[in-house]
Amino acid sequence: MFDPPICGAAARDRTLREPSRFSDTVAHLVRSRREFLRAAAGVAVGTAFLGPSPLARAESARKKRKVIVVTFGGGARDQETFSPEGQENIPLLLHELAPQSSFFTHVSNQGILGHYVATASLATGVYETLNNFAAVPPDHPTVFEYFRKDLKRPSSDAWVVAPSNGFNRIGESDCRSYGQGLGARVVLPKHLLSAAAAGSDADYAHLLRDNYESPLYTPQIGGGEFELQQLETILKLSVDDFKAHAMALSSPDELSVYIAKRLMQQESPSLLWITMHDIDVAHSGAYSLYIEGIQRTDRLCAELWKAVASDPEYAGNTTMLILPDFGRDSDEDAGGNGFQHHRTGDAASRTTWMMALGAGVRHGVVYNQQVQSIDLVPTIGAMLGFSPTESQGKVIPELV
Amino acid sequence: MLPRNLQADQFGAYPPSANKLAVANLATLQKLPLSFLPGLLRELIEYDYKFPAERTAIERELASLASLTPAQMDDWFQGFAHVSLSPALEQFDWVNRPEQFVEQESAYLWSTRQLDAFRKAAMNYGDRLHAATPVEPLPVRRLGIAVIGQGVDSYDRPLFRNLRAHGTCFEHVKPERGLELLLAAVATRAKAHPLPYGHWYIDGGQPAEHDSMLTCVSYEELEPVRNGILKFMQSEIARPGMGPEALRTDLAKLLPGDLGMDKSGDPVLDRFQVKVFTEGSGTQIFCTTFAQWATREALRRAQPLTLLVRFAPRQRQKPMNELLSLGRGNPELDPMGSLIDADMGAYYHWINQQRLTGSEQSAFVGWFEGHSQAVAVAPTLPRGAQSTSAIDMGEVISLALS
Repeated sequence: MFDPPICGAAARDRTLREPSRFSDTVAHLVRSRREFLRAAAGVAVGTAFLGPSPLARAESARKKRKVIVVTFGGGARDQETFSPEGQENIPLLLHELAPQSSFFTHVSNQGILGHYVATASLATGVYETLNNFAAVPPDHPTVFEYFRKDLKRPSSDAWVVAPSNGFNRIGESDCRSYGQGLGARVVLPKHLLSAAAAGSDADYAHLLRDNYESPLYTPQIGGGEFELQQLETILKLSVDDFKAHAMALSSPDELSVYIAKRLMQQESPSLLWITMHDIDVAHSGAYSLYIEGIQRTDRLCAELWKAVASDPEYAGNTTMLILPDFGRDSDEDAGGNGFQHHRTGDAASRTTWMMALGAGVRHGVVYNQQVQSIDLVPTIGAMLGFSPTESQGKVIPELV
Repeated sequence: MLPRNLQADQFGAYPPSANKLAVANLATLQKLPLSFLPGLLRELIEYDYKFPAERTAIERELASLASLTPAQMDDWFQGFAHVSLSPALEQFDWVNRPEQFVEQESAYLWSTRQLDAFRKAAMNYGDRLHAATPVEPLPVRRLGIAVIGQGVDSYDRPLFRNLRAHGTCFEHVKPERGLELLLAAVATRAKAHPLPYGHWYIDGGQPAEHDSMLTCVSYEELEPVRNGILKFMQSEIARPGMGPEALRTDLAKLLPGDLGMDKSGDPVLDRFQVKVFTEGSGTQIFCTTFAQWATREALRRAQPLTLLVRFAPRQRQKPMNELLSLGRGNPELDPMGSLIDADMGAYYHWINQQRLTGSEQSAFVGWFEGHSQAVAVAPTLPRGAQSTSAIDMGEVISLALS
């Protein structure tokens, strides 16, 4: 029930065969991955002769350059997002953001498909093998540590906004040459709201809602999270104002985006990482809630991009990268139960997409070549000018 | 311990029939690689509580393995033989705790990036076994029926979108007595082909009146069991150091007797129902998930000739702690969300049915309960077609089976 054993399912169902009549469905999915977006958003297919990224690489430009990473989470399939049958769920990504983006149709995650460990892998550029359900830091340096150490940036310049279940250690590794004091500051909005709402009569339950794992896993908080008192000093937000705003919101991810926008206004971090998680309600097996999560995340991504475009600190010099941490099991894999989980390790669960927007990004181009999720860190390194020496990914040349 | 060191007395804790089967096939089991064998033992140890179709499958699998020459054995299992396991796994009591071994093996395969290799080996094995296993003709074409949308007054978006391409949509169904007609059709099949666990009725709410020959599983009737499981989960969650994986392991140990279920006289069905709650994710809190998962598991395990599932409105989403708590009276329902859940559930029902033997002849019917929309998928019906004929649900079934 909690993203558990995969091989068990595969082994148990080993005697079930794939029905041959699904072959046309599979072929359709393969074709639609290639033709992703083109018809719907009127974008071009990227090729090598398009030339280098349009961003001037002058050092002065780099100094102002900002990167925002949004994980479209947790875990969404092509068929409910960018493939033709799913496009109705993401109208804003499709019609507003895609035409101004470079879109990568084939992002592969070859690591462990658990949300914390996969997000940690995204953040380190190494397929981490830590326990998905333990409150442990990544084994390898994070993008935040490379960024801060190499570029001598203060802690206020790298922030993570994340769901509260386990992500509190995502900001920095326990790697000896990096680690403590060099990572990102981490805000766990639900944790913050819980603390702020303590003793309150108001009902914030809808914002403290979590995925199916939450009541079963409440990690000890530790590792540089944002303290309640700092609401006022950093976000310039009283506890009462925070609670009042929270009452007007409808989901945990909305709360995360609210905090992220506040951080942008008050701290203007150059590296901001926002982990969405509403979609992972899919584990409960309710397809309608999974779809609602995708539709909400679509809206929140567009809202974030509007915030970037309207903030003078960010407009024109910010690259926003939106990607699911991984997909979910395909309907056709007998070892899984379709959208509900990401246990089989099949192609649908390992393959997803990435949308790049803003500075250094060609507009309306689709790239079909495979990139890996661990390529994110070296690519951000090339954008911002630091060297992620332990990352095992490669720079995505189309973005630098 | 490695499989080659297996001894007959090590199966002493197995239930009687499972013990007999394991001992009779000891020589075969000794030849299997450790990365594979506990997965088979996990099925074998439950043999006494398996449905007839599962028992037959295990017996045939063992017979197929016993018939292999050494060279064929090497060929079939070379993928598994290349999977390396840790010393801790080798020392694990995988004979008596195969379920837990498989869980730990999974975690190990993920962390050592061997999962894809294992997956490939498992799929190759499944293909070989399938090719080597004789397929017996079914006494009658398999029939699946999904009734969705209970409690929804109107819905203006297209339903059965995933199924439409595979079958014929009926837009002017006469809804009167629809459920009654469907249950009558299922009962007729049960009487004509009276196989144990051959004809099922699964209800996400309170079951409608139905023939006693049907194997019936319902969310409402299992409320005491569900409450027992929720209570167990609450107490487990409160234990220090408890995590999701440990909870899953503990849930898997629950037996019907632990939940006050041992009085029905059907230990096989009791175990099935407990497993729907202990192995299914979300089945404890959402009746739509319960109906979908119970359907999937009934098809996968019992391989019935007929299965009718009726979805009911589930409770509205709330924080998980609240959903898992007891004594909340009458929860607020979400009929519209439940309709969307059930629409996908109907599609998964058809997919899972198509994984079984006889799929080229099987029939499937979906109906928006109380309304005029239905879909039928059958080899005799055109695909992607639409019918505006005014017919009742009994006639839709007849068409699908014609």
